[in-house]
Amino acid sequence: MNKKRILIVDDEMSVRRSLEEWFLEDGFEVETAEDGEAALRMMHAAGPFDVFVIDIRMPGMDGIALQKRLHEVDKDANIIILTAFASVDTAVEALKLGAFDYITKPVDPDDLSHAVRNALRQRELSEENLRLRDKVTELSLSSPIIGESSKMRQIMETIDAVAETDATVVVRGESGTGKELIARAIHAQSPRRFFPIIAVNCGSIPDTLLESELFGHEKGAFTGAQYRRKGKLELANGGTLFLDEIGDIPAQMQIDLLRVLETRSFTRLGGNQEITSDFRLVCATNQDLEDLVKEGSLREDLYYRVNVFTIDVPPLRERPEDIPLLARFFVEKYARAMAKPLKEIAPEAEAVLLDYDWPGNVRELENAIERALVIGKHPDLQPADLPLRVEREAKKPGALALAAVEESHIRRVLRERGGNVTHAAKALGVDRGTLYNKMRRYGIERE
Amino acid sequence: MARVIYVASLNGYRPLGGKLVPRLAESLPAQLEQLSVNFDLAAYYSPQRGQYNATLILAHLLRHLPEADAKIIGLTNVDLFIPVLTFVFGQAQLNGPGAVVSTHRLRNEYYGLPSSASLLHDRTVKEIVHELGHTFGLVHCQDYSCVMHASTYVEEVDLKEARYCSDCSAQLRD
Repeated sequence: MNKKRILIVDDEMSVRRSLEEWFLEDGFEVETAEDGEAALRMMHAAGPFDVFVIDIRMPGMDGIALQKRLHEVDKDANIIILTAFASVDTAVEALKLGAFDYITKPVDPDDLSHAVRNALRQRELSEENLRLRDKVTELSLSSPIIGESSKMRQIMETIDAVAETDATVVVRGESGTGKELIARAIHAQSPRRFFPIIAVNCGSIPDTLLESELFGHEKGAFTGAQYRRKGKLELANGGTLFLDEIGDIPAQMQIDLLRVLETRSFTRLGGNQEITSDFRLVCATNQDLEDLVKEGSLREDLYYRVNVFTIDVPPLRERPEDIPLLARFFVEKYARAMAKPLKEIAPEAEAVLLDYDWPGNVRELENAIERALVIGKHPDLQPADLPLRVEREAKKPGALALAAVEESHIRRVLRERGGNVTHAAKALGVDRGTLYNKMRRYGIERE
Repeated sequence: MARVIYVASLNGYRPLGGKLVPRLAESLPAQLEQLSVNFDLAAYYSPQRGQYNATLILAHLLRHLPEADAKIIGLTNVDLFIPVLTFVFGQAQLNGPGAVVSTHRLRNEYYGLPSSASLLHDRTVKEIVHELGHTFGLVHCQDYSCVMHASTYVEEVDLKEARYCSDCSAQLRD
């Protein structure tokens, strides 16, 4: 178990030593600093700390000023102020400014133990609260994997087999096939399930922000970095890191990521403290990673490092037998969400659903059903309730190559949405990162 | 725990008399030797606090350590403090050679209660075994019955036993 870390800041050496020995015997890892400047240096060089015990009266920067500076770096810093009886008023000011507690010198040993234990408990509760909120969000967003086709059954068996291990998994499939659901299912069945799954869509975050998103940053690492921020790599400690669109990671960051995967350690942007994180990696891509390696846009060593186990998720058109099952699942889901009576899907509508190619896969099907429930006036779901493109294209013979149809469709939707990529992506049933990829592939410029 | 532990009476203070070493031997599988150490404690008295500085007493005591690889624990009945705390029952050097224990606040009379020799003896043995545990590198233990459990009140000392729990014992053997 990791020891809790405490930083003692006091200008009197005898006080620093006494407290250091006291906390060492209590099982803490202890650092000391003789003034505010030294404490800030220590915070940058050897932080983070779980608790700070700070003397209120020190030459130079006093305890209150130091508290403000520490809170600028870490707004959740847990600070206990040491004060003499004469400066209780100032200690109260420290409490108003966010200190956790104050204790008067000389300190009753029991008060000291209680103050520190309470501060730690408070921190643990705050962190647990954040974890639980993430978990609730995760549970409320999650959908089960639906499918009875042999391909999907095979995938579920594979998930069962691979989840127990710590092997890196690459989930491949077109946009909207449910790659993130597969990643979440692997996490949910793994021994890491009591820790978070942290998802990062590498395709939807600008390169300049992706680095900070993954590695975190120290205060002042770049313009606008007002606080220290933990990165996704750090947050995934104990759990699973899900990197969506891994093929979109820029070249320099691929080197950094490879180093993290080899050593499980890294530093935050603008920091020099080595941080270790124990996570399981699951990646997803809708691109051919081997092609990216041949083109030189994906490092070969990173490819071999992540490509330990592959799960191929088939597009919806290759498992049409799952379409009615999925459609019924989404009808139930949205009827419940919209507090509407449950509808049957009319046989004609089901035929349309089965005839359509679903280039946007399950996500497109889900959006189509949601829309149908919003606008449908009949007691059952009719073909007319489905989006026009589904109804029309289901009946059209395939004269154009799929890519050509896709390009033309994207151009049309972008035109209709005045070039707004976010709105167009929503209408197409794909995320922005995927749409940007496709626009790049077809040479479509943003207006 | 093969080293010699010297149990040092400071200025002739011998709590439990001849019974102390046998009682300690039940918890400490080490060679225990008794020692008398005499020096003027007045030099370590703080008139403002009316107490004695445990850190300085311990530093002085270490000058009387007979062998470099041995350990020494000094016993006294004066009220001890360390600079930042109001009092301590004792003080030890974590993973170091020395410790000091005072019976001053282990006595029932200090709290206005009737004197009890057996309680005082039990508490004294527990505090000695506790501080020596620190000199062997043990930190406070979560097990409330383990002698290494932190106690800032005598009532908490009474709750624990004069023995190391299985985890702490295992660490002592390593």
